[in-house]
Amino acid sequence: ELNYIHWKLQAGKCGLCSSVKACLSACGMACQGLQKGETLASLKRECDNLKKKLEEERGKLNDVELHQVAEKTEVLGALSVKTRRVLKGHGNKVLCMDWCKDRRRLVSSSQDGKVIVWDAFTLNKEHGITLPCTWVMACAYAPSGCAVACGGLDNKCSVVPLSLDKTENLAAKKKSVAMHTNYVSGCTFTNSDMQLLTCSGDGTCALWDVESGQLLQSFHGHTADVLSLDLAPSETGNTFVSGGCDKKANVWDMRSGQNIQSFESHESDINCVKYYPSGDAFASASDDATCRFYDLRADREVAVYQKDSIIFGASTVDFSLSGRLLFAGYNDYTINAWDVLKGTRVSVLFGHENRISRVRVSPDGTALCSASWDNTLRIWA
Amino acid sequence: MKEWNIKCVNSFSMEKVIVAMQDPDMGMKMRNQRLLITVIPHAMTGRDVIDWLIQKYNICEEEALHVGGMLVRYGYIYPLKEPRSLVLRADETPYRFQTPYFWTSTRWPASELDYAIYLAKKNIRKQGELMEYEKERYSLLHKRINHTWDFVVMQAREQLRASKQRRKADRIVLECQEQAYWLINRPPVRSLTLHYSAVLYHTIESCRRALGRNRVKSSICLEGFVKFSEQYQNHDPIMQGCLPSNPWISDDTAHWTMNSEIVPVPTRLRVERWSFSFMELLNDPIGRREFMTYLEKEFSAENLCFWQACEDIRHGESSKIIQKVEDVYKNFLAPGAARWVNIDSKTMDKTLEGIKHPHRFVMDDAQLHIYFLMKKDSYPRYLKSDLYKNMLAKAIVPQETKKSVFPFMRRQRHSSPSPAQAVTQVTEEDGRAMGAGKAGTNSAAGSHV
Repeated sequence: ELNYIHWKLQAGKCGLCSSVKACLSACGMACQGLQKGETLASLKRECDNLKKKLEEERGKLNDVELHQVAEKTEVLGALSVKTRRVLKGHGNKVLCMDWCKDRRRLVSSSQDGKVIVWDAFTLNKEHGITLPCTWVMACAYAPSGCAVACGGLDNKCSVVPLSLDKTENLAAKKKSVAMHTNYVSGCTFTNSDMQLLTCSGDGTCALWDVESGQLLQSFHGHTADVLSLDLAPSETGNTFVSGGCDKKANVWDMRSGQNIQSFESHESDINCVKYYPSGDAFASASDDATCRFYDLRADREVAVYQKDSIIFGASTVDFSLSGRLLFAGYNDYTINAWDVLKGTRVSVLFGHENRISRVRVSPDGTALCSASWDNTLRIWA
Repeated sequence: MKEWNIKCVNSFSMEKVIVAMQDPDMGMKMRNQRLLITVIPHAMTGRDVIDWLIQKYNICEEEALHVGGMLVRYGYIYPLKEPRSLVLRADETPYRFQTPYFWTSTRWPASELDYAIYLAKKNIRKQGELMEYEKERYSLLHKRINHTWDFVVMQAREQLRASKQRRKADRIVLECQEQAYWLINRPPVRSLTLHYSAVLYHTIESCRRALGRNRVKSSICLEGFVKFSEQYQNHDPIMQGCLPSNPWISDDTAHWTMNSEIVPVPTRLRVERWSFSFMELLNDPIGRREFMTYLEKEFSAENLCFWQACEDIRHGESSKIIQKVEDVYKNFLAPGAARWVNIDSKTMDKTLEGIKHPHRFVMDDAQLHIYFLMKKDSYPRYLKSDLYKNMLAKAIVPQETKKSVFPFMRRQRHSSPSPAQAVTQVTEEDGRAMGAGKAGTNSAAGSHV
């Protein structure tokens, strides 16, 4: 944490937010320095005590474990899931992908700056966008299907409208929307094409108005790079979760910018976070080779998906449509399918020849797409 | 360390690099550097540093610049000529190793007293030598540790006297080292203590809030997950398959055609899903349409219309917010409005007040109120209504496709109209020539596959 603050200070900005004005509202009194009678040591002690108390409170309502409740559910047989398509065309590591709402198209982005829109069903490449930066770590399909967002080492996230005119250079119509002070690690549209949510190596998440490029809200609280975020599928539609290198997963209120809930149980970087379909829980994938399941109403971690034989970090997770299965991609080139309720591993999917960077179940749950550093994407069903 | 990021690097690995750089055999070649009229020993150029890193770790120039830059940023190497510019230049710019006494990792937190002595020395040595931010801090410190101020001044004078007795080169080196150390630990913009305290306050705040939160018993929450997964199991194609077949397996897109956004008759599974939750009903365009029909029969359709209009404000373009809020007020909230919605007076007052300064979330409270009204009242009655029961009765249950007799004869995979056509169609009116070959008879507003 200390080194991170050093780095932030070199950039000439406040350690926690990007402007003096924002600092005063988010940190409140903190920016005036230590309060009378307090030292850093006394603050640290108070902080540690509160954390301990919080763990105690959380433990009080913990009257049963998930696998106990799940005893009555049937045991799942091994999945008969196979590779049904291999999408070849990227010249370098595929870092990210996202499905289109039409259930068959998807967008993928790669280390060499290329973004491709595919009809994965026919293997047709429908659009190709070449960005001037390398390491396009984030890409997302707009809900309307008429645009994609992408960003990475250029510290920006841009929106590119998709045109069917083959002669048009899509990159020329690219519009910069998000501006961070470090790489963009993830992005997603909210319920419409009009707003974009991003997370970044600068430790913040941000909500942007696509039309004007205006920053609508910024989210401060992580003390290291934020690597992933996911929007909650809730009926009031106002929260999202983020995970990062500070080992924390934070739940945020999009409207106020406040950090509503925080979980810190992983032993290393959190690479990916994804909501359970009901919105009452989320899963995380971490460099500590485990995936975990967090219950938002009970406010605690309720399952750890791990095995002695799995020693490489997990980089990505997604749920099947019913939420019973959790697919996780690992740095040992495999995808493991976990029984979310019982905590056991159901299947292993082999096929990729390098790390898995992203797994995503299609919108209607008929297939799983995996993107890999072996330059390909695979569709499993 | 992740390959693509400049994440905070463990200070111990940086120190390993520094020690290797100073190795008598395999380390860097040091030389004397001229600084104005003084010669500073044991210095190196930025170019030297980069070349050494490239050679030792077998990396490219870009990465060497990055690693070397970190060493400067964290104060293990400091620039002799421009001490405030903490960057590594790949040229003849001279640098020196910081003495381990001043390494970041060994000296935290940098004490107030030490800093006061340093500033006092600077002030005494040459009047006006302190920068603006240093002057501010100097007077702040003077207030805060006023009781030991005599000690501070005395120490400063002692240290200055002792340094005058050193050789000029040594004196300059020590001054540079000290200055570099304080530039890192009390950087020009804000102080380290300030920021670490800010992090702690943040954490304390969120812990306090978390302690005040209502939690639900585990047994209730976890039972919820079991029920949810059970309910949706039949709808999960990866687990139970789908009818007539999974397009990815059979290459037959019938499943998608039957489940398009708008179809004449929806499938049974789809209609069943509307009974799982109110959100499922509203998220399905056909479900929403059916619900609207039901509400019209009950003369409460204005509730759904209002809810939809509020969604439009929340998720639409920023530039249209003011107009949309005005329209919603006119149609749904104003006294005597054509489609007046029944909101409790407290929420109504709050909303009307908020409308004076319209913003994206101004309708949130009213929208929530109407949403829960529909969910608790109209929705359960809709599920018991004939309208819904008939929908369920005539819903399609597709036949499972028999597996092909000749499995190696793969079906032709048909393409589908791209959703991006919606844009194409609009701009055609502008007279722009588009590759609209696929547009054909399928309008973008019609069936998406």
